[in-house]
Amino acid sequence: MELILETLGLAKSAELLSLSPPGWGGNLLRGLVNSLQIAFGAFGFGLIIGLFGASGKLYGGVVLRDLLAIYTTVIRAVPELVLILILYYVGTDLINQVSQALGYGRVEISGVVAGIWVLGIVQGAYATEVLRGAIQAVPTGQIEAARAYGMPPMLLMRRVTIPAMMSYATPGLANLWLIATKDTALLAIVGFSELTLETRQAASSTRAYFTFFLAAGALYLIVTLFSGVIFARIEKWARRGQPSLKGTGR
Amino acid sequence: MGKLMAMSDVAAKENQVSDAQSEAIRVTDLHKSFGALEVLKGVSLTAHKGDVVAIIGGSGSGKSTFLRCINFLETPSSGQIVVNGEEIQMRADGTPVHRKQIERIRTRLGMVFQAFNLWTHRTLLENVIEVPVYVLNVPRAAAIERAKVLLDRVGLGDKADTFPSFLSGGQQQRAAIARALAVDPSVMLFDEPTSALDPELVGEVLTVIRDLAAEGRTMLLVTHEMKFAREVATHVVYLFEGRIEEQGPPAELFGNPKSARLKQFLQTVG
Ligand SMILES: Nc1ncnc2c1ncn2[C@@H]1O[C@H](COP(=O)(O)OP(=O)(O)O)[C@@H](O)[C@H]1O
Ligand SMILES: [Mg+2]
Repeated sequence: MELILETLGLAKSAELLSLSPPGWGGNLLRGLVNSLQIAFGAFGFGLIIGLFGASGKLYGGVVLRDLLAIYTTVIRAVPELVLILILYYVGTDLINQVSQALGYGRVEISGVVAGIWVLGIVQGAYATEVLRGAIQAVPTGQIEAARAYGMPPMLLMRRVTIPAMMSYATPGLANLWLIATKDTALLAIVGFSELTLETRQAASSTRAYFTFFLAAGALYLIVTLFSGVIFARIEKWARRGQPSLKGTGR
Repeated sequence: MGKLMAMSDVAAKENQVSDAQSEAIRVTDLHKSFGALEVLKGVSLTAHKGDVVAIIGGSGSGKSTFLRCINFLETPSSGQIVVNGEEIQMRADGTPVHRKQIERIRTRLGMVFQAFNLWTHRTLLENVIEVPVYVLNVPRAAAIERAKVLLDRVGLGDKADTFPSFLSGGQQQRAAIARALAVDPSVMLFDEPTSALDPELVGEVLTVIRDLAAEGRTMLLVTHEMKFAREVATHVVYLFEGRIEEQGPPAELFGNPKSARLKQFLQTVG
């Protein structure tokens, strides 16, 4: 192994990327874990917002619909980097003001929580639209049948609307998840030590920019490939009741 | 003739009063408008237990709307609906007072749709146990056992684990009937159950419905199959532009129609 690395001239890189100091591999992996944690939390938070947002847009009153329209429009119009700066500083500032007003003094806000909150709100706007489209794609007859058999609204949502819309929502949600993993990189700007920031620090300390950014790129790629496999499975499951288009004549 | 009708009407009324116990559904003076369009202009209909009421009429005459008002898939504009002796509480604008009451009554009315409307993400068995398990809180094992019997009964015992989209329209409609039977409905509502089917598949669905009629199931059946209506119905109602134009026993209504409109209608549908 070492011989191969030696002959390829990669011995230096392997040393730099080693998991234990003085190698920086451990830092990169910690950054990755942080990134994934935030991506996961933000995606989940975004889904919850999206579910309520979509229901509100479809079934809510006029005021609620208008508020949601403002939310999705503004969030999707403003560049994410700007949103992150605004939401992060506004959010931490608000929390501190509240806590000071209550006499608690300044609170330290965990980077992970802040990251999830900020990216979750961004994801929520997109998820609202993805889920609204998916819910509208559910054949009305299936919802009507559930109503005709006495299902109360929440049960109907849980047992019919959500499972039936999954096949329409999965491709969009898979995209959102990948965007979430990569948007975590934007949190570097507020000093959160996710993968990109860790990479930059390692690179600038060692001047081995190429090695480290290539390594980070590979990690992002692995996450993407792995996600692809998972979402393919979810989609297959969600489409279980539908005949596949393969094999039908064109 | 008119006098005879009126007399039989009076007799029917007296019957209603005397055996309210046996009443499955009583609809009184039902009106329904969509915006400015008045689709039902005062329809009254009583079905006793074991009755098979066939509802016929031209396209757009309000047959579907009438059925859908009974379980409040459409909100009636006014009128009175009594299911199994329980009156649905309506506000002045027809909206139900208690959502829970509507939901409870809906579980007593097994509806079968023209387009089947099975839940495509669930297998036939899952479709049939869905309402018993999740709405009526029947233990899952018991619901599955009963669902298997019902699927057998409609000839789909070997398709329990198949998803609806992989089946023919006739099979889907039979599964939808099994789903309706799973709640042991006191009244079944059929809205043109064979109209979306290829002609060669109509027979298998009619056979199932015929069986149900023979075992004394109460049903309201909207249909364009006149021969079938004549054969299974105990009472036939002809709707024309949101009003009951003529009604009576099938032999009389089909054999000796009185209204010119019904005569013409029967000629056009053959
Ligand atoms: N949701 C609705 N909104 C507006 N008009 C409707 C609606 N549903 C039915 N209608 C109208 O009501 C009339 C009766 O419809 P329907 O009850 O479906 O007739 P049928 O089942 O006898 O063919 C038709 O003119 C139809 O266009
Ligand atoms: Mg109709």
